[in-house]
Amino acid sequence: MNDLVKAFEQRKQERAKHVDRPRRNYNRDSNIDVPKGLYEKCSNCAEPVNMKQIAQEQFVCKHCGEHFKMRAIDRINITVDPGSFIEKGLGYITLNPLFQDGYDEKIKQYQEKTDLDEAYIYGYCKIKGNPCVIGVMDSYFLMGSMGSVVGEKVTRSFEYAIYKKLPIIIFTASGGARMQEGIFSLMQMAKTSAAVLKHSDQGHLYISVLTHPTTGGVTASFASIADITLAEPGALIGFAGPRVIEQTIKQTLPEGFQRSEFLQDKGFVDRVVERKDLRDTLAKLLVMHRRYPL
Amino acid sequence: MNILEKERKLRELAAKIEELDNPEMIRSLKDEMEKYKKSAMTNLTAWDRVLLARHQQRPTSRDFIDYIFDDFYELHGDHLYRDDLSILGGIAMLNGRAVTVVAQQKGKNLDENLERNFAMPHPEGYRKALRLMKQAEKFNRPIITFIDTPGAYPGLGAEERGQGEAIARNLLEMSGFTVPIIAVIIGEGGSGGALALGVANKVLMLENAIYSILSPEGYASILWKDSSLASKAAEVMKLTSYDLEEFGIIDRIVAEPIGGAHFDPELTYEYTKVAIVEELDALRHMSNIDLRDARIKKYRDMGFFQRFNYENLGGVKR
Repeated sequence: MNDLVKAFEQRKQERAKHVDRPRRNYNRDSNIDVPKGLYEKCSNCAEPVNMKQIAQEQFVCKHCGEHFKMRAIDRINITVDPGSFIEKGLGYITLNPLFQDGYDEKIKQYQEKTDLDEAYIYGYCKIKGNPCVIGVMDSYFLMGSMGSVVGEKVTRSFEYAIYKKLPIIIFTASGGARMQEGIFSLMQMAKTSAAVLKHSDQGHLYISVLTHPTTGGVTASFASIADITLAEPGALIGFAGPRVIEQTIKQTLPEGFQRSEFLQDKGFVDRVVERKDLRDTLAKLLVMHRRYPL
Repeated sequence: MNILEKERKLRELAAKIEELDNPEMIRSLKDEMEKYKKSAMTNLTAWDRVLLARHQQRPTSRDFIDYIFDDFYELHGDHLYRDDLSILGGIAMLNGRAVTVVAQQKGKNLDENLERNFAMPHPEGYRKALRLMKQAEKFNRPIITFIDTPGAYPGLGAEERGQGEAIARNLLEMSGFTVPIIAVIIGEGGSGGALALGVANKVLMLENAIYSILSPEGYASILWKDSSLASKAAEVMKLTSYDLEEFGIIDRIVAEPIGGAHFDPELTYEYTKVAIVEELDALRHMSNIDLRDARIKKYRDMGFFQRFNYENLGGVKR
């Protein structure tokens, strides 16, 4: 443990140099991972998609309706009332508890690339005038995997919602628990689930919106135990990844397996909602769960 | 040379000693063997412990249950879909007190293992466990779980019936129970499949058991794209009982005889029983709500990270 503490102090000093990073601009258009060309082929129908306009089209293919992956900031921009988002839970630093080679560098690299501290951001917002807490996972940050910091921030977002007596909406997009942090990541599953319980005990609403991809430890913790579970069309949602299942059963999986429509069929998703309707749906649900009707 | 090879060598030696008929020689050879055992089978590497945790002859949950409890009455099924035999559950008596026991059960041979699905539960197994634990909550019985699984089963049916939801529901409900929960990791503790029975007031762990986010093979193939590096992965992953106790993930290590639990199963059961009884007694003075709050707080504090105190650094520039 002494080694850990020493490393901890060292990292603290190291990271103190990076603390005054430039202001994050929430209204900027997405430029991460969007290919440089003006037109790109849609991954589903192979029709050309205008990359300059994709943010206005809510990252949906005009031709086939394929929902592309989104960054957390873009998600917040298209969901909440303009200017109403106030980010909470800043200043967490990811450490390297198991001394994994290259993990620190990887985190730093992703932080520079995505302009995020970690794979999850949350804060206060209004959706069509309804106040709520919103949390969004960013799958561009190390596959949105849940390590200690993400687990802590998810827990904090629930605690903030309890403190403010607000409903909470979480958009999940994650590959699961973060391997590099080992057992600490696993414990985040228990921690976040307990946070859901505490929030639920107070009688507040929790809506989880499953987006592509939601797998592993996130599916098996806070993502699937919401009061209302929505999903975006065509999103991959499951506990084990498709590759692992194929290896286990030694055959290829049927078309549409583990997609949102499949999960609605099997009764684990309340509704599959298209991205263009999502904001209206959420606003409607928030109004329906208002504790003190106007 | 890993622990299994050492064990094989030891057994060959023992067989040779049996063939001798000079009592003097037998005694001296046996002494020597004990000495060898002590030197070779202590200070195990992480990979040795992985091998021991998966050992064919390692006692299973059923063995522990039969020894530790006076009377075990098995109950079946999740009352929703089917009975998953990879989870074993029921009511038992421990020193005159009724407890609910839920365990992951491995088989002793291939047939048994096929029946038990190698202790990899389906969602209905977790729902069965949850049903029994809710019963325990109703009748105010302590819950004791035995964890021994490579992980939750990744298959078509399991996904169709909501493996993720079943595990998540267990985690949520287990954090909310107001009865004492004690989890004992007796062999492999694999990932979410193990944690789904492992949200407890006290987590005990056998010395040579392992508890990790995924198997060393899986870890090596994901991070290094080579599953043959599993032994290296085991060292890096910090999955042994000693590492986990240092991290505060588990509360108590239950000692095993030299060479692993299968060298002297009865002694292992006895140690485990003593540990369970002691921990239960320690929890006896706590009220129901305290038990629940303590459990939630315990998991709330888990995680390894740092947060800036921005005020000390002159505020946030944003």
